[in-house]
Amino acid sequence: MSSPRSTWPHLLVAVRALLVLTLVLGVGYPLVVTGLGRVLPARADGSPVTDASGAVVGSSLIGQAFTDADGAPLPEYVQSRPSAAGDGYDAAASGGSNLGPENPDLVAAVEERRAAVADLEGVDPADVPADAVTASGSGLDPHISPEYAALQVPRVAAERGLAEDEVTALVAGATTGPDLGYLGQESVNVLALNLALDALGG
Amino acid sequence: MAGWAAVAQVLTVVAVLAALYRPLGDSMARAYTSARDLRVERGLYRVIGVDARSEQSWRSYVRSVLAFSLVSVLAVYLLQRAQSWLPWDLGMPAVGEHLSFNTAVSFVTNTNWQSYSPDVTLGYAVQALGLAVQNFVSAAVGMAVAVALVRGFARRRSGTIGNFWVDLVRGTVRILLPGALVAAVVLIAGGVIQNWAGVTEVTTLAGGTQSLPGGPVASQEAIKLLGTNGGGFFNANSAHPYENPTAWTSLFEVVLMLAIPVSLPRTFGRMVGSAKQGYAVLGAMAAIFLVSLTLLTVVESRGAGTAPELAGGALEGKEQRFGVAATTLFGSVSTLTSTGAVNGMHDSFTALGGLFPMLNMMLGEVAPGGVGSGLYGMLVLAVLAVFVGGLMVGRTPEYLGKKIGPREIKLASLSILVTPTLVLAGTALSFAVPAVRADVEATSLWNPGVHGFSEVLYAFTSAANNNGSAFAGLTANTPWFNTALGVAMLLGRFVPIVLVLALAGSLAAQDKVPGTAGTLPTHRPQFVGLLVGVTVIITALTYFPVLALGPLAEGL
Repeated sequence: MSSPRSTWPHLLVAVRALLVLTLVLGVGYPLVVTGLGRVLPARADGSPVTDASGAVVGSSLIGQAFTDADGAPLPEYVQSRPSAAGDGYDAAASGGSNLGPENPDLVAAVEERRAAVADLEGVDPADVPADAVTASGSGLDPHISPEYAALQVPRVAAERGLAEDEVTALVAGATTGPDLGYLGQESVNVLALNLALDALGG
Repeated sequence: MAGWAAVAQVLTVVAVLAALYRPLGDSMARAYTSARDLRVERGLYRVIGVDARSEQSWRSYVRSVLAFSLVSVLAVYLLQRAQSWLPWDLGMPAVGEHLSFNTAVSFVTNTNWQSYSPDVTLGYAVQALGLAVQNFVSAAVGMAVAVALVRGFARRRSGTIGNFWVDLVRGTVRILLPGALVAAVVLIAGGVIQNWAGVTEVTTLAGGTQSLPGGPVASQEAIKLLGTNGGGFFNANSAHPYENPTAWTSLFEVVLMLAIPVSLPRTFGRMVGSAKQGYAVLGAMAAIFLVSLTLLTVVESRGAGTAPELAGGALEGKEQRFGVAATTLFGSVSTLTSTGAVNGMHDSFTALGGLFPMLNMMLGEVAPGGVGSGLYGMLVLAVLAVFVGGLMVGRTPEYLGKKIGPREIKLASLSILVTPTLVLAGTALSFAVPAVRADVEATSLWNPGVHGFSEVLYAFTSAANNNGSAFAGLTANTPWFNTALGVAMLLGRFVPIVLVLALAGSLAAQDKVPGTAGTLPTHRPQFVGLLVGVTVIITALTYFPVLALGPLAEGL
């Protein structure tokens, strides 16, 4: 096309350009990537994890709540972080609380969570780590800090009649990071840890 | 995260970008200057109906950009309105008219502001056919405009600045598509999903149910970052484990956001025949970038404020696998590149931490800025910097052998006035018009007090600068915000583009004047300092008062 002085020819070219680019980029490209993804089906399909019976119980990347129907923590399970996704770990409603640093609701929530964790674990409120009293950005954080995991070991061990050393060893097995030794943080995958605990029996 | 690790992750990013700078910058220069067309490109030109050898005047180039963008807005709007009739709608209804307008404008302008929660609003058809396509082509449009401006500097006595359709196709086919394909595969290897399975209901270990989402995420995630778009497939954006599963994918996504904007100065240097000029522009970008990143990381690590101090760290809204330093790196890069993706919630940053994403956008998205838009934004500032330098020494300013006369200065000045006007007017109207204010306060604000004001300021800053990130507590899915932010995005994108292309035309028409002893050298540290100074001073003078009402009032 040379340089027409009116706009109509541009619009016709634009319609044709968008149509053909939609075919290439909106249909072809995602299908090619989907095809390439079949090389790693477990990853592309969401990293599902199964329990001992082979049933899919979730994803290793998506956190879960280990609470009863009323939201009370199940004491035999290691607990996840607080979550702002729906009523907690609702994978259809990802997101953070978006509460600002001076928001009275957030201040109250942090105080409440600290007291609840200290009460559940039977520890001094000052010993509760920060990740245990803050909701993540996704609301689906699959991890907790090693400190928060260690805090929960005595309770879980007592509930399951296991030695604390056994549980601590499982925590170590569920711990990853930092990637390459310096990217991100050391993190404990809660679902992996609780599956390992269930597999141990007790 | 330990201090050394925070430094090491930045050094890793710098090293990767240093390795990419020359090969990627050179290949982009070749893509936009080559006389040869690939076979697939010839096929595309035939279908589109353009002669790849023809050239356009700046006025014709503008018409093509605007025509293509208008058609794009209509297409994305109609796709959303027709969602319930499309396959893979996941049972979601048609999107409302205000929201469809806002979202269409948002993705066409490379902003990717999201007034909606994608998890519950959009099926796969709209995401792939509408949004992912715009993620490519809006980026290609930005690069095309930048290259057209560079041609203005490179050419002499020329009536044309290139062919928009050729630039659009080549940017897409030669740069964005191959890059996105590779990036998508890497992301899948990291755990980003790519399927069309819809929602999978599972019974959790504790006996509850969880609805695990599916979707063509990796394909969209790759171009979302490579094209500095930023619109998440999920509401949590790159904090969502299915968009950003690990700390290393987070670093990879940071590199994707930076790769093209950081390498474009090399393309610029090659096209104007002096690699040093590219290094000078890059130097100014890097200086602002590193200072801003360092300050945000230090402030956020200190964790000041009532709730962060009570919690023992500013971890509300942050993921355990990332921690503070990987979140501030992502947030800085995302707001300095006009991407707007987040891997942690900016609304819950400490008060002074939340200042930096805003400030980054207010700088005009030039350090290094969005794909293309960052380079043309910085070159406009360079024109102003040589003008300021010329005033100091009392000579007619020149840049790259082109005289910067009254017409060039008018175009450059108008261009940098657009976004501040939109930001300040939009924020002011939200609170000054009684009916609007009542609606904003009743419906939209999430946090009380000055933080609520910051949410609105952030929204208009993000929209007008085409960033797309948010203090996401704000409920923006209202007629006022959908309309006002939509208008801000449109004007913030296309008014500068028209002015920049006019500048390109004006520069291309000039002959080159030989440099003399009195010419301000524009490849030395002295000029880099001047350019940084002009950028920072313009921003500070424009925005200090309004920042004092928001994040500064909250944090000090």
